[in-house]
Amino acid sequence: MQNEELKKIASQVRRDIVRMVAAVSSGHPGGSLGCADFLTYLYFEGMKHNPENFSMDAKNEDVFFLSNGHISPVIYSVLAHVGYFPVSELATFRKLNSRLQGHPSTDKKLPGIRMASGSLGQGLSVAIGAALTKKLNNDHSAVFTLHGDGELQEGQIWEAAMYAAANKVDNIIATIDYNGRQIDGDLDDVLSLGNLEAKWQAFGWDVLSMNGHDFDSIRETMQVAKSKLGNGKPIVIIMKTEMGQGVDYMMGTHKWHGSAPNAEQLQSALNQLEETLGDY
Amino acid sequence: MEFEILGNKDTRSGFGEGLAELGRTNPDVVALCADLTGSLKMDEFKKENPERFFQVGIAEANMMGMAAGMTIGGKIPFTGTFANFSTGRVYDQIRQSIAYSQKNVKIAASHAGLTLGEDGATHQVLEDIGMMRMLPNMTVIVPADFNQTKQATIASAAHNGPVYLRFGRPVMPIFVKPDAEFVIGKADVLTEGTDVTIIACGHLVWKSIEALKTLEAKGISVELINMHTIKPLDVQAILKSVAKTRCVVTAEEHMRNGGLGDAVAQVLAQNDPIPQEFVAVNDTFGESGTPMELMTKYGIDTPDVIAAVEKVLARKK
Repeated sequence: MQNEELKKIASQVRRDIVRMVAAVSSGHPGGSLGCADFLTYLYFEGMKHNPENFSMDAKNEDVFFLSNGHISPVIYSVLAHVGYFPVSELATFRKLNSRLQGHPSTDKKLPGIRMASGSLGQGLSVAIGAALTKKLNNDHSAVFTLHGDGELQEGQIWEAAMYAAANKVDNIIATIDYNGRQIDGDLDDVLSLGNLEAKWQAFGWDVLSMNGHDFDSIRETMQVAKSKLGNGKPIVIIMKTEMGQGVDYMMGTHKWHGSAPNAEQLQSALNQLEETLGDY
Repeated sequence: MEFEILGNKDTRSGFGEGLAELGRTNPDVVALCADLTGSLKMDEFKKENPERFFQVGIAEANMMGMAAGMTIGGKIPFTGTFANFSTGRVYDQIRQSIAYSQKNVKIAASHAGLTLGEDGATHQVLEDIGMMRMLPNMTVIVPADFNQTKQATIASAAHNGPVYLRFGRPVMPIFVKPDAEFVIGKADVLTEGTDVTIIACGHLVWKSIEALKTLEAKGISVELINMHTIKPLDVQAILKSVAKTRCVVTAEEHMRNGGLGDAVAQVLAQNDPIPQEFVAVNDTFGESGTPMELMTKYGIDTPDVIAAVEKVLARKK
């Protein structure tokens, strides 16, 4: 897909994010905006998957797990635009009886979601399990995950990291949304991750890095990552992003991690984001 | 009524045999263990199916998440560790990734309760039934002996959905027939009687059988129910029995709060409020000791069942 096409989709995804969050005065716009480019790339170009015929078992298709479930607006928008469910359903986000729960879940049977997430730190273990089942089933498709950087403060992530390397789970590509911010402030002020690249290397992972707002960087890095599948090591991509990317007043601060814009702020955000595919 | 003792074995060995049989009959069954393969009796499955056995190390949270993920693509994972590390240590992982996500994971929990023995209270979980039965979508099974644990293990694999399977360490008499039918959610009425209903699970079923002789000698007619499934609870079996007996004793190797007794009390309060007495551990941690010493000290032994029956009969009058 051409970069221009991806940019158009990502712009609409960003409009959806701020509109969804503003409509219910709740949700997490900051990280959602920051991961809009990556998830647009992944679902519209990077993964082999089957939006028209969603299967929980994901046999012979790539599978993605959102471990940092609070950025649900971005995954819902991307899933809708790529065809898992009607775009109009985005209007139900966080409302009673919606399939679009505050954090993604399976119990309302939303196509595209295979695991609840929200309580942090669990998605890497889940992904390893799914990757092992793919190996047992002789299924050569891959497992992708996304994690927040603050999420890496959870111990379970490192249990999983240790397991995957020790057992050569080499059909998994994990991505870290490295925006350096979390609810209480800058990540370095809350609890520094230290040398993140060295940590993953020490745990035995193949470590790549990319700019999460540059489709050339994302594409090239994902292609390198995919070329490393099956080489005996799990792969992690440290993706540099800006929380709130695309909306000027949401960038450069942690304050829009979990706050919704008011009507005036929404209008300001929409003025900065081109409507490309039509609002829901 | 006499119960024939068919042998003496630990319930965990029943799990090991059931898992090994599943390994031979169901290619989708996989097993994960957190460094307690011998204790959980998973060696045979591991030896026969090395490609389907996953040693995760001492990392229970990761094990639960992995098991949840392995269901995607059709596997039926059994996780193995002590009951304490199968529940409280990983409650949130079970809650989000298994119960809420409706994943077909079987949580095999050994060394439950006081009868873990000498390792002491750090390892003697007495709250696990409560934690697990509170989770929507979770089935909770506490089989009574070796044969029934084997049957319950096999039945768990055939059941589509999360299962908590609780068993123990000590060698206990076997009284369930090896070819008995095991149906999840259907209680076993072991003796029919008219004066009192005893509803027990796990090791307390045998303790209740031991109590029968004394109670019968006193002229008390006991209906003894082996309530091997705590959730979904066999409500009809309870109501049918108490319609005759008009009083109940519940007996379990668990905290009084949250366990089988609580579950039965809820049914009675809503449908047929009658006297109930509880044989269970009363809001205290355990300690080191032999399994049988601990059952005696903490009030979950045969004399405690007898005393509870006498007390509830007195209340009935």
